[in-house]
Amino acid sequence: MVETKMTKISIQDLTIHFGNVTALKNLNLDIYSNEIFTIIGPANSGKSSLLQSLNRLNDLNAAYRKSGKIVMDGKDIDDLDVESLRKRVSIVFALPFPLPLSIFDNIAYGPRMHGIKNKTKLIKIVEKGLREAYLWDEVKDRLHTPAMNLSGGQQQRLCIARILAVEPEVIMFDEPTSGLDPISTARVEETMRVLKERYTIILVTNNVAQAARVGDRTAFLLMGELVELDETKQLFTSARDKRTDDYITGKFG
Amino acid sequence: MNVQLEQKIAFSILFLCTLLVVVPVLIILVIIFVKGASALSLNFLFEMPTSGMTAGGIFPAILGTLYLVLGAILFAVPLGVLSAIYLVEYSRDNALSRIVKLAIVNLAGVPSVVYGLFGLGIFVLFLGFGASILSGSLTLGIMILPVIITSSREALESVPQSFRIVSLSLGASKWQTIRHSVLPHALPGILTGTILGLGRAAGETAPILFTVAAFYLPKLPQSVFDQTMALPYHLYVISTQVPGIPENVRYGTALVLLMLVLILNLAAIILRYQFRKRKKW
Repeated sequence: MVETKMTKISIQDLTIHFGNVTALKNLNLDIYSNEIFTIIGPANSGKSSLLQSLNRLNDLNAAYRKSGKIVMDGKDIDDLDVESLRKRVSIVFALPFPLPLSIFDNIAYGPRMHGIKNKTKLIKIVEKGLREAYLWDEVKDRLHTPAMNLSGGQQQRLCIARILAVEPEVIMFDEPTSGLDPISTARVEETMRVLKERYTIILVTNNVAQAARVGDRTAFLLMGELVELDETKQLFTSARDKRTDDYITGKFG
Repeated sequence: MNVQLEQKIAFSILFLCTLLVVVPVLIILVIIFVKGASALSLNFLFEMPTSGMTAGGIFPAILGTLYLVLGAILFAVPLGVLSAIYLVEYSRDNALSRIVKLAIVNLAGVPSVVYGLFGLGIFVLFLGFGASILSGSLTLGIMILPVIITSSREALESVPQSFRIVSLSLGASKWQTIRHSVLPHALPGILTGTILGLGRAAGETAPILFTVAAFYLPKLPQSVFDQTMALPYHLYVISTQVPGIPENVRYGTALVLLMLVLILNLAAIILRYQFRKRKKW
């Protein structure tokens, strides 16, 4: 079977500084459409900095400097306006951050900001998002209760539903299950596997086993440098670089 | 010394000091109430003064104070809240924003009589508004600006950063984020500051002394360019400038002013309480 791989995001010579600190050095890699691209590495290896560069959330940090290019669908992301970029490349944070609104209003927030006012349309979008995030059955009877009352795992799936509601193309997960119990973690992982059919998924994780479970391809970052990038199976069975092998077998990190 | 005894003595001293703070407030309230309550009546509240202010009501002074407070709020709240939004959400930490913040702190420390003089120079004379409700309102407005800016800034800064990040990451613009994810959660705090400023504007005498307050007017003000009577100044006048005013009228006026300010402060406290109860982060 021959798979056709379309490049969704191409990172070219990306170097990132925060003040005097170098977060990423000369990074080159391509992320394909409809794959789960997993990034592993110890703390401070530049994983989160990379994600926040892709939707330009780093721009909010006054100390942020970047060189090199990030190209999405053939266009430099610096040439796109930042709001539509963030709509297309969305992010799920390590901690679930529900807004202090009802479940419904949390999910309708994005679409409303993008100009959808029609009530029936919003109801449809909210239901669709919640179903895709496997949360619908648990909350359908209490859509208008505060989202902050949900459990941690439910809140994280709420955040996924909230992102799906703005119809992104790329979904980035930044250690999405670090605060969740094993059952909630399994749910979120299952959600990711389904979502990759229609979205490009980038997963940053501290949990090496998680990368092995869900990743199509895995990149190992260390101190801001790309050590190795390969098919996940390949990387986990026979890593070419000793440092990769040490990290995934738990010898350091 | 015995540890238990030492502790008891310390507690007693702390408790007494705290009690001492409450005592003057209570004495003031009791004296004013006892001496002034007999003057209170509907006529007192809603009629013009008669017989050289020794009889009749204090309606023009009450109305004047309400006009002045309203004017000050209309001027100071938009200006203060908008500049607080700029300072918290937009300005980077540079020399200019530090100067602005320093200026606001200093503005809060300026004595109120200096505001009066400033108002006289700028609004009454230079801009030619004369002694008028407009001049007085603007002067009071500038006086309460620091209160409103500072409380608005605190309210905005207490909104968790994550709300902004989430909103921006969903593709909302910066202004949409402020409008929908920051301001609604800061509003109760801003309102509290506004009401505190309101109470201060209602009670101050010095800023209105040179800019608007009239000794006695036979009729109510007709426009913002008219002078008006006002409660704090009226109280000063009938207490020191006019002989033969019955004591209960003087204390009654003080009581009305005090109640006006206390009601405003109480409203601020209730609002803040409601806000804290609803807050869920």
